[in-house]
Amino acid sequence: MLRIHCPCCGPRDHDEFRYAGDASVVRPAHDDPDFEAWYRYVYVRANPKGLHREYWQHVHGCRQWLVVERDTATHTIHSVHFAGQQAS
Amino acid sequence: MGSFSAFSLLRHAIGGNRHWQRHWRAASPKPSYDVIVVGGGGHGLATAFYLAENHGIRNVAVIEKGYIGGGNVGRNTTVIRSNYLLDGNTQFYEFSMKLWEGLSAALNFNVMFSQRGQIVTAHSADQMDAFSHRANIMRLNGIDAEILGRDEVRRLVPYLDFSDTARFPIHGAILQGRAGTARHDAVAWGYARAASGHGVDIIENCEVIDFLRKGDRIVGVETTRGRIGAERVGLAVAGHTSVLSRKAGLELPIESHVLQAFVTEPVKPLVDHVVAYGADHFYVSQSDKGGLVFGGNLDGYNSYAQRGNAGVLQEVCEAAVALMPNISRLRLLRHWGGIMDMTPDASPIISLTPVPGLYLNGGWCYGGFKATPASGWCFAHMLATGEVHPLTRGYGLDRFRTGHTLDEAGAGPFAWLQ
Ligand SMILES: Cc1cc2nc3c(=O)[nH]c(=O)nc-3n(C[C@H](O)[C@H](O)[C@H](O)COP(=O)(O)OP(=O)(O)OC[C@H]3O[C@@H](n4cnc5c(N)ncnc54)[C@H](O)[C@@H]3O)c2cc1C
Ligand SMILES: [Zn+2]
Repeated sequence: MLRIHCPCCGPRDHDEFRYAGDASVVRPAHDDPDFEAWYRYVYVRANPKGLHREYWQHVHGCRQWLVVERDTATHTIHSVHFAGQQAS
Repeated sequence: MGSFSAFSLLRHAIGGNRHWQRHWRAASPKPSYDVIVVGGGGHGLATAFYLAENHGIRNVAVIEKGYIGGGNVGRNTTVIRSNYLLDGNTQFYEFSMKLWEGLSAALNFNVMFSQRGQIVTAHSADQMDAFSHRANIMRLNGIDAEILGRDEVRRLVPYLDFSDTARFPIHGAILQGRAGTARHDAVAWGYARAASGHGVDIIENCEVIDFLRKGDRIVGVETTRGRIGAERVGLAVAGHTSVLSRKAGLELPIESHVLQAFVTEPVKPLVDHVVAYGADHFYVSQSDKGGLVFGGNLDGYNSYAQRGNAGVLQEVCEAAVALMPNISRLRLLRHWGGIMDMTPDASPIISLTPVPGLYLNGGWCYGGFKATPASGWCFAHMLATGEVHPLTRGYGLDRFRTGHTLDEAGAGPFAWLQ
C-alpha cells in the first residue's frame, strides 16, 4: 500500500485516492489545431523508470486533486502538492 | 542435446536421470549477427526460433539481461484463448491457438498445453447478449464458442455460487472448449532449446544499455558484455519497452504497470476449466500440483517494481469468494507481480519504426502469453523480410495517429483502466 501525505488530510492509504496518470503531459489549448500536440497529449507517455509526476484525486477524503512525485521503481514518494498550486 | 522420445525418457529413467544435458548452449556474444533480438522472454525466444525455422536465418542472438524464464513468461497465469471481438485481434489470436495446438511437436518439448476450456460467467440478460455477440463473431471466424444456460453452467462447474444469496446470480456463460493453459516455463525452455538447436545464440546475464548507430541507422547494441553488431535489431522486452525505446529516440504510447498472480495451497482436483467471473475481475485455473492459480486487475498506477500491493490482493480475493464461496478458507501460498507494457487500447504493437534498423514487438499488456507463438512467427517474418505480416497489419504504431485503435474493452486511452 502506498501512503500518500495529503496536504489537506494528512497521511492516507492510496486506496482512498483515484489515480489519474502522468501529470507532466500538457493539454493543448481548446482551439489548438496542431495534430501532433493532441496526439502527444492523448497517447505519448515518457513512462520513466524513476521519478514520475502523477495525478491522484483524494476521492474518499477532501476530493482535492494532487500531484504526487513518486519513484516508479521503489514507490518512494518524494513530494505531494495540490494540483492547482503546481508550477509546471 | 538429444531429442525427447518415449525411448529417451525411458533410457534416462533407467540411468537415474543423471545424464541429462543442458538444453541450450551457454553462448558468448560474437562480434556481430544478422539479427539481434533483445529480450529472452517468450516473444524474443519464439522470434528467434521462427527466424531459423521459417526463414533459415540462423546467425541470430537473443540477448537477455537476466535468466531465461525470469520475466513475464515465467510469471503469468498461463491462460490461452482466442475469443477476441475485433478484426485483427480475432484472427491473430486464433492463428496463435492453432500454433499452440502443434507446439509440443514442433519444439519436441512438452509445453503441457491443456485445452481444458474456458468458461466466462454471465450475470445479466445484457451480458448474455454481449456474449452471444462475441460467440457469433468467433464462429464466423471458424473459432469454437458455445453459449451455456444457467443449468448447463451448473452441470459443468457446480462449485460456483448458485445459491439464492449469490451477490450476482449466474445467468449463463460463454465457453471456448479449445481454450486452456500451458506450462509457462516449458514454453520458454522449449523455444530456447529449439532455437539453440538451430544455431541461435542465447546470451543470458547480458543487458542492452544502448544502441550502436551509423548515421541514423541502428547497427547493433551496447551491452554489459560489450558491443555487438547487427543488421537488424528487434526489441521484445515487455515491461521495459519504453526504457529501451527512449534510448533509440522513440516515443511510445506505453505505460508500465504491475499485474499480480496468486496461488493457493494445493487441494484435490476441483477446477477442471479456466473459469472467469463475468461480474468482477477474477479468473482461476488449477495447476497440476493442485494449487489454484488466479488473478485479477492491475494494481492501477505506473510501476517498474515487480511486486504488488495488498489492496489488489484483497479485491481479487473478495471477487473470488463471491464466485466460489467454497475456497474462502484456502490459504495463499505465494503471490508475485510482473511488469506489463500497457498500451492505450490494450492491443499489442508489432511494428516497423521510424528508426532504420529497429523493429518493435511490445505492448503485450496482461495477455501476451497466449500470443507467444503467433507473435514470434509474425515478428520473425518482419525481421526476415522487412515487411509487416498480414496478420499483424492492425498492430502498427501508426494506429494511434490514424485512429484505428483496437480497444477490445472500450476503455479509452487510459492504460491503467484497460
Ligand atoms: C501476473 C501475470 C499474469 C499474466 N497472465 C496471463 C495469462 O493468463 N495469459 C496471457 O496470455 N498472458 C498473461 N500475462 C501476460 C504475459 O505474461 C506477457 O504479456 C508476456 O509474457 C510478455 O512477453 P514476454 O514473454 O516476451 O515477456 P518477458 O518474459 O518479460 O520477456 C522480456 C525480457 O526482456 C528482458 N529485458 C528487459 N530489458 C532488457 C535489456 N535492457 N536488455 C536485455 N534484456 C532485457 C527481461 O529481463 C525479460 O526477460 C500475465 C502477466 C503477468 C505478470
Ligand atoms: Zn485529502
